[in-house]
Amino acid sequence: MAGKTLYDKLWDAHLVSQQTDGSALIYIDLQLLHEVTSPQAFEGLRLAGRSPWRISGNLATPDHNVPTTSKERTIGVEGIEDPVSRIQVQTLDDNCDEFGVVEFKMNDPRQGIVHVVGPEQGATLPGMTVVCGDSHTSTHGAFGALAHGIGTSEVEHVLATQCLIAKKMKNMLVRVDGALEAGVTAKDVVLAIIGEIGTAGGTGYAIEFGGEVIQNLSMEGRMTVCNMAIEAGARAGMVAVDDTTVEYVKGRPFAPKAEQWQQAVASWKEFVSDDDAVFDHLVVLDGGSIKPQVTWGTSPEMVLPVDAHVPDPAAEPDQGKSQGIERALSYMGLTANQAITDIQLDRVFIGSCTNSRIEDLREAAAVVKGRKVASTLKQALVVPGSGLVKAQAEQEGLDLIFREAGLEWREPGCSMCLAMNADKLGQGEHCASTSNRNFEGRQGFGGRTHLVSPAMAAAAAIEGHFVDVREFMGQS
Amino acid sequence: MQKFIQHKGVVAPLDRANIDTDMIIPKQFLKSIKRSGFGPNLFDELRYLDEGVPDQDCSQRPLNTEFVLNQPRYQGCSILLARENFGCGSSREHAPWALDDFGIRVVIAPSFAEIFFNNCFKNGLLPIVLNEDEVDSLFEEVAAAEGYELRIDLENQQVIKPDGKALGFAIDDFRKHCLLNGLDDIGLTLQQADVIRAYEVKRRKEAPWLFCDK
Ligand code: SF4
Repeated sequence: MAGKTLYDKLWDAHLVSQQTDGSALIYIDLQLLHEVTSPQAFEGLRLAGRSPWRISGNLATPDHNVPTTSKERTIGVEGIEDPVSRIQVQTLDDNCDEFGVVEFKMNDPRQGIVHVVGPEQGATLPGMTVVCGDSHTSTHGAFGALAHGIGTSEVEHVLATQCLIAKKMKNMLVRVDGALEAGVTAKDVVLAIIGEIGTAGGTGYAIEFGGEVIQNLSMEGRMTVCNMAIEAGARAGMVAVDDTTVEYVKGRPFAPKAEQWQQAVASWKEFVSDDDAVFDHLVVLDGGSIKPQVTWGTSPEMVLPVDAHVPDPAAEPDQGKSQGIERALSYMGLTANQAITDIQLDRVFIGSCTNSRIEDLREAAAVVKGRKVASTLKQALVVPGSGLVKAQAEQEGLDLIFREAGLEWREPGCSMCLAMNADKLGQGEHCASTSNRNFEGRQGFGGRTHLVSPAMAAAAAIEGHFVDVREFMGQS
Repeated sequence: MQKFIQHKGVVAPLDRANIDTDMIIPKQFLKSIKRSGFGPNLFDELRYLDEGVPDQDCSQRPLNTEFVLNQPRYQGCSILLARENFGCGSSREHAPWALDDFGIRVVIAPSFAEIFFNNCFKNGLLPIVLNEDEVDSLFEEVAAAEGYELRIDLENQQVIKPDGKALGFAIDDFRKHCLLNGLDDIGLTLQQADVIRAYEVKRRKEAPWLFCDK
């Protein structure tokens, strides 16, 4: 019999019961809750007179709607200007208080984007199943966990039963061989993967990311890669457990302690694919040939190396694709064959659950240090992923480096990633963003998003247009 | 979820095809953080003369007296009689939530939009498909007799008229079982509560750190 993949092992370890129609009940170790997708789930529990199955299996923090200016934050929830946002944040607080769910409230230093907070606290552990009413839950797969987004009625289902009704996905291995060049980061790797397999390439699959490049990434880099598995169409992305994983988890607040730690580490080492495991699909990339990436269009698969030119619809023989390119160019306000480095920017956003961790901020700070943001820019924002990331960055003096260079230093939250709070793009504005989605209007009505790594965003902030960060760094 | 075994109630005739989910509950009410309380805004644009906004006191709003649910003879109705393709449009579960909150338990129509049809069962509402002729004659009978009531017998899959005449309807066995026993997805899963507990006991031994308090 063929060996098992990491995903097979995670599935088997959490299978509670299997139905004859292929659906199964799987056990959920951790559910993360935030203010946007949980209110109706709690309300459903109340209406049905049900109580949560296992309160300790949940952890909550508000992120999508919280303001990121200290002015609006100091007063607390009442200070949130937008009424819908205020009610959602308040409702999360009320629900967590009523049901006894541990919540890092808006002004708790541990508050932040759920996908930054879970790993940071050691709430996300190897070998777990993790769900959240948010598609970027795939982030947590970096720990050798099975993690994916769910809908509100499923959030209620997990609250009430600690289980999820699921069907097993197929297995895909994306292997990135070799070594990355200096200046090329995890974000560039995942953008290159999406460019290769397309935004629907992973549909129906759980993707395991492997190969030397992935093994050599830090945990934060692995999180960046898994975060965007959903942008490749896969609900779940994951990386096998190794020493890097164990080292990262060690000593975190919710991580196992004392004698349980040894037992846990021994069991986590099992969460790797067997050598003879069979994948339904294999994709191989050469890490050495990946360059810094920039998305030029309105889908993450519309991505090119920074030294490329945007495509020409006339050169595309497939009519459907040609029209798609034309539409994207027109929305993005770009002309066919324009050099990516000629794209002028209005704003820069460094943040989001993809790239708002301490290493991302260090990477960006190293680029802007001693330099000034281009005068043509309207705004350059740095939004740390959590209060603890913010504190760490301030301790290292990164906030000063950003401020001196002319970037704004904000309070933690999702911010301009999805424009649910006051941080958004104006119509027609181009933004170099370290987030994960460049869909039409994602960062504000008519806004134009270009997805890049933190280093690339930082370099673009200095120049006012895209530059190859590898050359840029060489100049200093 | 509320069980559905038998139901008797006043029938309100909504003589219009392709009632979409935006008519059932307009989009401005979807920002709510609740799944209850949509009843006053059910069919908002048809029911009131002014434009509805969230969190308003609907008792003060000008009513469209022509609209069927505003007519005195249909007050307290719990069965909605409608035309084909009822519930088309978006997948919003707010549509059955609004009907349920208003007090509707059964919708009878010649056909339904699929997602709405599914969402009804998740929320304890019974959508019944009858053929065009049967629906036509029900519309006539409702118009002719004030206080017209129907009795729905889910067990025997019958719509029973005041004169005792019964119209049969079809329903998937599994859905019928769920409604009769008041089981939504969560209710169904909770039927396996012992299996889940047994799993937890085994897991707690293998991986005790997963069960620590936060
Ligand atoms: S940072 Fe963006 S992608 Fe991540 S959870 Fe928040 S809104 Fe979603």
